[in-house]
Amino acid sequence: MLLSISSTLLFTAFICYLVATLLFGGAVHGKKEQEKRSHLRFSKAAIVVSIIGFTANVGYFVTRWLYTGHAPVSNMFEFTTAFGMCVVGAFLILYALYRVPSLGLIALPVAIIIIAYASMFPREVAPLIPALKSYWLTIHVLTTVIGEAILAISAFSGLIYLLKVIDVSKRSMERFWLEFILYTLVVVIGFVAITSYFNAIGYEASYTYVDKEGESAAITYHTPALIGMHQYDAQTTDAFEPLVEVPAWINAKKLTTVIWSLLAGTVLYGALRILLRRRLAAVLQPFVQKTTLPLLDEISYRSVLIGFPVFTLGALIFAMIWAQEAWSRMWGWDPKEVWALITWLYYAAFLHVRLSRGWEGKRSAWLAVLGFAIIMFNLIAVNLIIAGLHSYAE
Amino acid sequence: MKCDCGHTNPHGAQLCERCGKPLTTELDMRYDGAVIRSKTKKKTLIDKIWALFANVKFGVLLIVLTLIAASLGTILPQVLFVDTSTFASPKEAYTQTYGVFGTIYYTIGFADLYNSWWFQTLVLALAASIVIASIDRGVPLFKALFNQRVTKHDNFLKRQRFTLKVPSEQLTLEEAARVLTTKRYRVRLEDNALLAEKGRFARFGPYINHVGLLIFLSGVMLRLVPGFYVDEELWVREGDTTAIPGAAGYFVENKAFILETYDGERVENAVNSVAKKYETKAVIYKGDTLAGDTANLQELKQASIQVNHPAKFDGYALYQMDYRLDELKTMTFQLTEKKSGKSLGDVTIDLANPQQRYALKNGARVELAGYYPDFDGFDADGAPQTKSPNPNNPAFLFNMYTAETKQGETSFVQIQKTSEPLGETAYKMVFKSADTRDITGLKVRKDVTMPILIVGGIIFMLGVIIGSYMSHRRIWIKQTPEAYLLAAHANKAGYAFKKELADITEKLALPSFDDKREKEGDNDAS
Repeated sequence: MLLSISSTLLFTAFICYLVATLLFGGAVHGKKEQEKRSHLRFSKAAIVVSIIGFTANVGYFVTRWLYTGHAPVSNMFEFTTAFGMCVVGAFLILYALYRVPSLGLIALPVAIIIIAYASMFPREVAPLIPALKSYWLTIHVLTTVIGEAILAISAFSGLIYLLKVIDVSKRSMERFWLEFILYTLVVVIGFVAITSYFNAIGYEASYTYVDKEGESAAITYHTPALIGMHQYDAQTTDAFEPLVEVPAWINAKKLTTVIWSLLAGTVLYGALRILLRRRLAAVLQPFVQKTTLPLLDEISYRSVLIGFPVFTLGALIFAMIWAQEAWSRMWGWDPKEVWALITWLYYAAFLHVRLSRGWEGKRSAWLAVLGFAIIMFNLIAVNLIIAGLHSYAE
Repeated sequence: MKCDCGHTNPHGAQLCERCGKPLTTELDMRYDGAVIRSKTKKKTLIDKIWALFANVKFGVLLIVLTLIAASLGTILPQVLFVDTSTFASPKEAYTQTYGVFGTIYYTIGFADLYNSWWFQTLVLALAASIVIASIDRGVPLFKALFNQRVTKHDNFLKRQRFTLKVPSEQLTLEEAARVLTTKRYRVRLEDNALLAEKGRFARFGPYINHVGLLIFLSGVMLRLVPGFYVDEELWVREGDTTAIPGAAGYFVENKAFILETYDGERVENAVNSVAKKYETKAVIYKGDTLAGDTANLQELKQASIQVNHPAKFDGYALYQMDYRLDELKTMTFQLTEKKSGKSLGDVTIDLANPQQRYALKNGARVELAGYYPDFDGFDADGAPQTKSPNPNNPAFLFNMYTAETKQGETSFVQIQKTSEPLGETAYKMVFKSADTRDITGLKVRKDVTMPILIVGGIIFMLGVIIGSYMSHRRIWIKQTPEAYLLAAHANKAGYAFKKELADITEKLALPSFDDKREKEGDNDAS
């Protein structure tokens, strides 16, 4: 009962974010003076819908917490969803400070993509293993996620800055990389699309293979196996014959998923390009003209200033305290720990580099976007690719 | 450098020491125009080294190098996390598992990157950079901030981001002082000038967090000093009392080890059911022992050691880290006559402490001629071998004596297998039952540096919060013969400051401040 309420609330939030995105679009399109009142009406509606969506999202979080008895941040689905929720929360805070509607036009779609991505992971409620049974799970993970979400706003503001300042009609490195950022977002949508498709048709194929330790193991693919595991042997009749076989230390199933996502994302991107007849950056550009560059630069810098202490507290200090209690050492160079340190060092460098002249504006915006890439890498790739104490995700 | 007022200033000064007029085209408000040592003295080698480490760009370079180095260490698992026991060498383990790339990764030292001299040198250089840059910039900055003049040079005011010029009759300094005080500014009036300031403490933030960081790093380094840091492992069998390594005079008894799973079953490795709890019911003792005699130990405390809940005593902590289930504790055999199947009694062998001989009824007895706890086959001479002292695969060489076989018969007994090396026997040892017990794997830690780390961490966090969430805001008003000159500066969050300025000018019924950045508008700053 509680669990189905929780799911419904999450879905409500998801829909609200979609609607709010469209409303924010209406609030920033065009630059004419006479549209000002209509813009104001649109942003007011957009922010109201965003707040309703966020409230529903928090409702999802609380009801799931009540049902499971622990903060819903213990697996990939819960954790990523919480991150999506916090991104919206962080956006609302920065909106309250600066009232920039174009920020919503980036933050909400990204939150939508994150939540959609999260939904591709198993949503079952699983009991906690002893290592996670601690109130530090709640404190450490929530603080970290909130910090990362605020830091993410910096990247969104940076992205708007770049969309505004980069001339997309001329060929340049900048234009390429800007388009590449948007392409990556489409690839994530591609992942969601392809995973949902094969889930819907119930695709399954089992193989046996030989693992790193030289022992026999079994694996089930949910997408046609483009890449085969080490010395694979199909167990399902008329299963897809893998094109390549990889050494034992590479997980071919995950690699297959990545390739499918890239394929689907590229097809989707190509379709969009044909349909819109323009680069995605060029499509977005008219929506970001209203805000001035110095303001965007300040939002980007300010979000790092607000997010950095929260991230430090959650990802390093609380993490160390918990690690001391659970694993007897506050620091052990576990890959996830290292990547938290890398993220922290990166933003420390970001803050210091701004002390030098010439590192405000465009350069700073690029750095902010790269910071988000590091956060996402730590959030997703480290859990999925690099094994370690934090890999409770499949 | 000579100012128009006639005063000769030291090289590198941005503001005239006497009249405060900006001397350079660039006015660096980050350090309030103070003279920075590293930017002015560049003669001797020490000056040059100082200047290098004080350079923020060099500091950023060190941060980025540390960051890249740290990420390289996550490409493959560090040697610490790799089970190398089944390979000839750690290098072999990397070659076997990861191929040529693994070999290269190990050979260039990336497999133990975080303990390498060059990584640690990098961190040390970063620490040096923090110290030097903080002194280099912090000292002149605070001198400048604590010796602020109320009356600033006109050009200084005009250079600020927010400026305003109002006719004399529209404003009085008293009125401005009143409004600014309600906005919680500290207001100083002097001659015909006013300085309103708040949040100066924000400027301390970066320096405070650097101090905290250095305290923390020194705590980490202190761990290398012997005695400051204990990190040992121990295995304790149920019912046993063991000396705690690294903590002389302390003992721990394992009363029971408990493994609970969510479906209530106790499964080795818990393949399909999720573990719920690992717990050691322990008693901690203090005292001396003489050759294993535990009689005069004093009980210190009873403790339940669980994952996430270590037992703490006298500065030490015991952690639940590992376990082994169902180790054989005793085995019971029955001396039986083969023909009739008649029993002559039971022999129970304590595997941790086996007896030499076991007496049975009617004068029968069994002697344990050999005990091989972890039997591993026979050597070239045919003698049985044991792999380890742990009873993983026990084997026994029994001599059986009964009324009929006074000379004795020899039987070699393994699990599910009996052989008679010295000829067929009339009696045999029949396996009857076995008792098992669990072993708990504990870790003992003592960390004297912990208070240093905590203090460093708290100072660091406070510094970061002060530096990030507070901003230093100043407003200057100067009366000139024809008008009032107003200027305002905030060290960060300019747009938030602008809102406050708008509020202030509204209360004073003045036009709003000019914002230089607004005029720059969409011209990209870089």
